[in-house]
Amino acid sequence: MTNAILTGLMLGGMYALVAMGLTLQYGVARIMNLSYGEFLIAAAFASHWLFTGWAISPFVGLVLVVPLAFGLNYAIYKVLLTPLVRRAPNRDALEVDSILATFGLTFVIQGAMLAMFGGAYYSYSFLAFPVQFLGETVAANRLAALGITILLGLSLYLALTRTRAGTAVRAVAVDPFAAQLVAINVPQASAITFALGGALVAAAGVLVSTFLTFSASSGVVFTMKALIVVVMGGVGNMMGCLVAGLALGLSEALVASYVDPGLTLAVNFALFLAVLLVKPAGLFGRATR
Amino acid sequence: MTARTAGLAILALAAFALLAFVPRLGNPYYLALAISLLQYTVLATAWGMFSGPTRYVSLATTAFFGVGAYTVAVLGEILPWPVVLLISAGLGAIVAALVGLSTLRLSGVYFVIFTFGLTELIRQLVVWFEVNKSRVLGRYVFVNITQADIYWQLLALTAAVFLLGWLIARSRLGFALRVIGEDETVAKHCGIDTTFAKVALFTISATVMTLAGAIMAPRWTYIEPSIAFNSMISFQVLIMALLGGAHRLWGPVLGAVPLTLLFELLSARFPNTFTIILGCIFLLIVYLLPRGVAGLLEKLAATPGDKATQRVAA
Repeated sequence: MTNAILTGLMLGGMYALVAMGLTLQYGVARIMNLSYGEFLIAAAFASHWLFTGWAISPFVGLVLVVPLAFGLNYAIYKVLLTPLVRRAPNRDALEVDSILATFGLTFVIQGAMLAMFGGAYYSYSFLAFPVQFLGETVAANRLAALGITILLGLSLYLALTRTRAGTAVRAVAVDPFAAQLVAINVPQASAITFALGGALVAAAGVLVSTFLTFSASSGVVFTMKALIVVVMGGVGNMMGCLVAGLALGLSEALVASYVDPGLTLAVNFALFLAVLLVKPAGLFGRATR
Repeated sequence: MTARTAGLAILALAAFALLAFVPRLGNPYYLALAISLLQYTVLATAWGMFSGPTRYVSLATTAFFGVGAYTVAVLGEILPWPVVLLISAGLGAIVAALVGLSTLRLSGVYFVIFTFGLTELIRQLVVWFEVNKSRVLGRYVFVNITQADIYWQLLALTAAVFLLGWLIARSRLGFALRVIGEDETVAKHCGIDTTFAKVALFTISATVMTLAGAIMAPRWTYIEPSIAFNSMISFQVLIMALLGGAHRLWGPVLGAVPLTLLFELLSARFPNTFTIILGCIFLLIVYLLPRGVAGLLEKLAATPGDKATQRVAA
């Protein structure tokens, strides 16, 4: 039982990490990014390539991949998404357009990765030894990933709540129109937040690649889980992201060890629907949207 | 019925009568191509029937198509064909009503997320059931149905979809959906039961997709979950409907026909980079033709006076 709970919490921590970037992109920049998981897998491949080809540790890889992802996502927002933001007469129209555009992007990135790496599963061995943690044996790489996740989440939370720029970002999330009235450069803030979300998903990709096998076509699953966590927790809410991620991980681990490992997705959806039927705005969401 | 609609109806009837002779040409390649064309026409038109007026993006076409195909794989040998079709249609309708009832009451985003994962969810459930309960993964489809039969059934389904779409557009339901598409809050305040209207149309559209899957199933002799629930179909149908223009009943055909031919060519010529090309085509359509070919044609056909009213309407 303790083992299942511990596995669940670690899995949940990973889901929270994966969803953190999306909650910024969707909550602040209003882009529902269906190609989100593809960016995660791309970062995982980059980390794999750095480690097996150049013997660069994923922790160093983070320092290389994350800024690159920030720049790339900034460019994507400026080139690909700004025309849609300009074209959209209201928020709903932007949502539909961004869903379609990023859905197309999904297939471009996935196709590129398939052409480069084929359909095979990849993994590499990094910190793959057991350690004792709370009286249970766990893999060191998972524990390290969890530690970095907590560090990232905490610094992001502090940046959003304690700094001036973070306050501006939160203001855009609440009301982009009113934010403009208090001299916040909304398009710029949106672009930077989108890029920050992209940087976070790249970090998640690097960390996930240390303990999970992945293939060019496994991005969709991550997109789906991230979307579920974000909406379940309340869009744009860090705390909700953490709680929903942990809940998802826990329920998955419990069902996998006591019912059937083949039913994890069914559990995800059941939990998602159950939360939404009781609280349509998500666990920590405001009722008015 | 005005003279214009009567003329159109006669024209449509003549076209369908002419199309019914395609299997008589005796060329298996053309017949196979015609089946693909009809399959995507049915799917894209059914997709547009729901998503066009409501502007809810459904990514679950494959889920319903697969349910239809798998029903045939399981029941095709045991029961007579019409009964199998009826059962698959019923299953599709039940799944659609469940999904609709649980997500369409909420904001549109939930619907997108749910339909995005629905195919994968149903595939996982089918695999789980086959592995644990029936102990087979993958089934042979032995039914006595020729390619020509598939073609004729699809043609009949196509005719039915267009008739159904035409009737719905003229009904109270069609009007309600257009109001929902314009502004859901307004629709609610007008006393429209928005949930009922959305769930009803989603169910109708999904039932058509399920039937298409059931009819297509005998084309494969062997079916397993990864074949029946191939998410590429959802994606291709979405591109086709968007290229054609989903806001008109006849719009998706304009996308389905050229893109089916193009995909046929591309998948044979560039099997490795097919997905990238597909994604790029899709992006081009989203950026350059937001209202599809149908919207473009309407814009070209509009006189200057009409253009002013169009701008007001938009």
